[in-house]
Formats: sequence, C-alpha cells, structure tokens
Amino acid sequence: MSGILILAEHRRGVLRDATLEAIGAAGELKGALGGPVTVLVIAADPSPFVGAVSVGAVDEVITVARPDAETFEPHVYEAVLKAVISARAPSLVLMPHSVDSFALAPAVAVGLGLGFATDVFGLAVEDGEVVATRAGYNEKVFVEIDFPGRSGVLVTLRGGAFAPATVPASPTVSALDAGEGKPRSRHLEWRDPPASGGIDIPGSPFILSIGRGVGDEANVAQFLELAEGLGATLGCSRPIADSGWLPKARQVGQSGQLAAKCNLYIAMGISGSVQHQWGMKHVENIVAINKDPEASIFTIARYGIVGDMLEIAEELRKQQGIQ
Amino acid sequence: MKILVPVKRVASLDDEFELRDDGRDVDPDFCEHDLNEFDEYALEAAVQIKEAAPEGVVEVVVLTVGPEDADDVLRKALAKGADRAIRVDDADLGDADRVAIARVIAKVAENEEPGLVLCGAQSADQGHAQTGMSVGTLLGWARTAVVSRLDFKPGASFAQVERELEGGLVERLEVETPAVLTIQLGINTPRYASLRSIKQANAKAIECVSPRDIGLADAEIGSAGSLSRVRRVFVPERGRGEIIEGTPAQQAARLLEIITEVKG
Repeated sequence: MSGILILAEHRRGVLRDATLEAIGAAGELKGALGGPVTVLVIAADPSPFVGAVSVGAVDEVITVARPDAETFEPHVYEAVLKAVISARAPSLVLMPHSVDSFALAPAVAVGLGLGFATDVFGLAVEDGEVVATRAGYNEKVFVEIDFPGRSGVLVTLRGGAFAPATVPASPTVSALDAGEGKPRSRHLEWRDPPASGGIDIPGSPFILSIGRGVGDEANVAQFLELAEGLGATLGCSRPIADSGWLPKARQVGQSGQLAAKCNLYIAMGISGSVQHQWGMKHVENIVAINKDPEASIFTIARYGIVGDMLEIAEELRKQQGIQ
Repeated sequence: MKILVPVKRVASLDDEFELRDDGRDVDPDFCEHDLNEFDEYALEAAVQIKEAAPEGVVEVVVLTVGPEDADDVLRKALAKGADRAIRVDDADLGDADRVAIARVIAKVAENEEPGLVLCGAQSADQGHAQTGMSVGTLLGWARTAVVSRLDFKPGASFAQVERELEGGLVERLEVETPAVLTIQLGINTPRYASLRSIKQANAKAIECVSPRDIGLADAEIGSAGSLSRVRRVFVPERGRGEIIEGTPAQQAARLLEIITEVKG
C-alpha cells in the first residue's frame, strides 16, 4: 500500500497533455503520501510513449503491450488496470477526467472497492489519507470528499487544475503481461470534426462568443456582423452548435475548440458550464454578459455586465456604426 | 424487449442559499428541481428505438431513486413516451454516493432484464459521470460512455454507436448488447410532451419499492455500498471581476473602451 499510479492516456499515437498534469499532481503529493510514482502505459505498442511520460516525479514506467489495445477499449483497459493495481497496491490512482476514463474509472473503482471521486481539482493528504475537492451544484459550492475504510483511492482529475510536469526524468522501465479481459466493443473508424471552413477559434486572439441567451436562430446573423465589425472571431457554446445555428468549428469547449491564443473573450448569454470553461477559462481578459447575475461565467470573468445580450449588442452596433 | 432509462431529479440553487446544519450538503429548501437534461436525451433515444420497431416490441421503463417528490420527473418521462415508471424510495439510502445509487439501479435492471440501459452522460447538478458506467460494471455488461449517435435494432447482438471525444473527434464503434450506454447532449432533439400525454401520464401509476423490496443486501445500501463520503461542503471564496454598471449605452461604451485597451 504505497505510491501513486497514473494511467497514461493517448489517442491516435499522441500522449494527451492531461497525463502530464496527472504526473504534476503526483509530484505535489509524493512527499506526503510516500512511495514511488509509476506511470502505466497500455497500448498495442507502448514503447513510443515511454519517453513522453518520463518526466517530473516519475520513478517507474510500466508498459503493457496488448494487440487488442490498438485503440482505447474500456474492458481491456479495465482488466489490465485491475491486475496492475492488485499487484502494486498503490495508495492513489490518477487518471484524467476524460471521455475515455468515464467508461473506465467506475469499473476499476467498483471492481476493486477503491475510494472513488471524479472531476477533482484539489488533492491533499491528511493523516496519511487522501482528501479530494470537487465542485457541486453546477460549480456553486465546493465539496471535500474522503474515503473512510478504503485502502486505495482512484481519482479523475479536472483538466487544467494541476500544472503539467515537464522536467525530464530517468525512470526504470518494465514490461508486464497483465490482465485477461476481452474487448467487448470494436473500433470502426475515427471521424474528424467537420472542416472548419477557415474558422480559426484556436488561433484567434479576440473571440466574441454567443450562447443560449441569443434566444432565436434569427438573432444569430447579427452577431456574425457584430464580430466582424469589432475584428473578433465569432464563437459559440454547445447548444448553439447542436441546434445547427452555427457550425461546429465555432464551438468553444471540451467537445469543441480550445481558445488557445485568445486574450480577449466576450461571452454573451453563456452561463459557463464546466465544459465551456474548459475551452476558455485560461483567457486573460474575459467579459461576461448575462441576464443572470448568478451565472457561473461571472466567477471567472474579469469584467461583467448583468444585462440583456441583445440590448448590449444593439448598442455596440450603434456606437461602432455597424449596420 | 425493454429499455431501462434511469433518470435523476437534479437540483439547482436559488440565488441565496444556505448549507445544511451538518455542513455536508446544501439545505434542500433552497433547491429547485427538474429532470436532468442529459436524461431527456437518453429517454428520447429510447423512445425513438421503440417507435422505429413494430408496436408492442419495445417497452421503455424509467426509474428514479428518490423521495415521493421525485415522481414529478417520472411523470414528465411518462408524458414524453415512457411506458412504465419505477421509483425506488431513498428513505434507507442515507449518505449513498453515486456508486451506491448505481447498486440500486443495477438491481432493478437485474429484475427487469432490459436489453439496453440508457443513462445520461452525467448529471447537470453534480457532474460526477459515475452512475451509468457503475451500473454497467455491476451488471457485468458491455459499456460505452458519451454516446452521440446510436443505431440499434431490438434483438440485435450489437449496437453501432458513436462516442464524442475531446475536440469534436468522433469514434464510431460496435458494442456488444446487452449494454449500458451513457448519452451525450445533442444526440437527438428531445420532444415536448403534449397536454394530452401529460394528462395521461398523471393518470398512470408509479411503482414504488424500497431498496430491500428489490433484493439489496444491507452491505450494498447507502453508506455501506459507497466508495466515498462527503466530509464538508463550502462556498468558495471567489474573486469577482469589475461589474460594469449603467445603462446599456454606457455599458456598451465601456466595453468598447476595454476592447480598445486590450487590443492596443
């Protein structure tokens, strides 16, 4: 019962950044929790990922090569992870709070009776026990969770909550044969997001984004004009793209785009779900315009206007001389 | 065959709210409740499979775990096309976490033997994304999370699904059935209930059972069946940015100033 085990997440041959954040989190806890920090890489050929996960506080990399893990398959991963956890008995298992781990983490935690918390952004060790912090009631409160009577704990980590490990390390590398387990789903194909048609959310320094507050599809066109008139790229929240009012390439958030180069983000009529915040909360200058003064977007905004986005938009057009 | 759709009555908080005396939850007097948005899409997916099959082939059963007040969300589900509704009373479930709730749902599924269990990908209030996939694990069934497209014909041994990944990437895959799938927003357009169907739903009986009625053992119920415990709930200190006051014209003028300042 010691140490921290991290499951590496990769897709189409690329290690996902969230894995480096999990390694960063492990580095923060290593002193208090004790024991080695180990990264587990499951893949058809894990060797290309070994270098990328050899960073920060990592002491050991375990590779498990399985031909049926050419792509992520939750039942195969479950079998391997359960075998490795049973053999190594880590105090803490970390993985990203990602779509892949949605299907995996509960199976491992329930299967082994591990303490379990998801979408965690704060971790502490008190009297040798892990305490996790996450949000509740649509981000309005924080919740501290502990795990009485559980000898190991599995936690999925919110993206962006922990600084990624970057300093190279020299872990030992061991290859294991682990896990029985058969795939129960079969990968057929990847479908990339539809072509962006020149819309560049990730590269835009200035984004004006609209959400449900726009009310009606007929109101959308004027925001294209407004964004153009202000020199901004028009973005949107998920419901607007789901309704087909704007193309998916304009969607900001976890299942859309990351506003990576943005330094001014005007969110109009967007309440600010966790999934939306994932794509924009890092932006230095966020302006929130929303009728609801309790909307969670205001908690991350540098400037706030409590008001009707359509009224504000009309004034902006008038004052800028945009027809 | 049956499709089981577990639904949750989610809570949203009033502008001003207080914590419970023990500091481990919000005082329920400050909560408003509704059917979880993700569950509306799961229900619609089930009803669409039913409607695509010959009449009488598919029965859609909705289930919730909660107090009598939770009948509201079951009636809403009945009005939107579910055939039967079951409520497992939560009187014995003190301190149940998502996994302990999943044990209740899995037990109902064992008794009902559906061919498919469709859950919301997560709840709008707490966002754990644990319950549905825990049900799949407890049943020992195949499972896939965050399904954004579902093609399934009753009786088929596979379902074709798409799951939506980060950045808008989609994976198309085939999943063994029976399966537990969690459903993502946008997979369909949930219908509105007509006045007539709301009336009919209000006349339908809701089957109410206790965790022990359905065969759960003491070790599976409430905190004993949980993998976590809420120690404390608190309201975080959050910096609030500058609130721009004034008329819409003044607010817009200030916003244009900010744009100019930032863009240089």
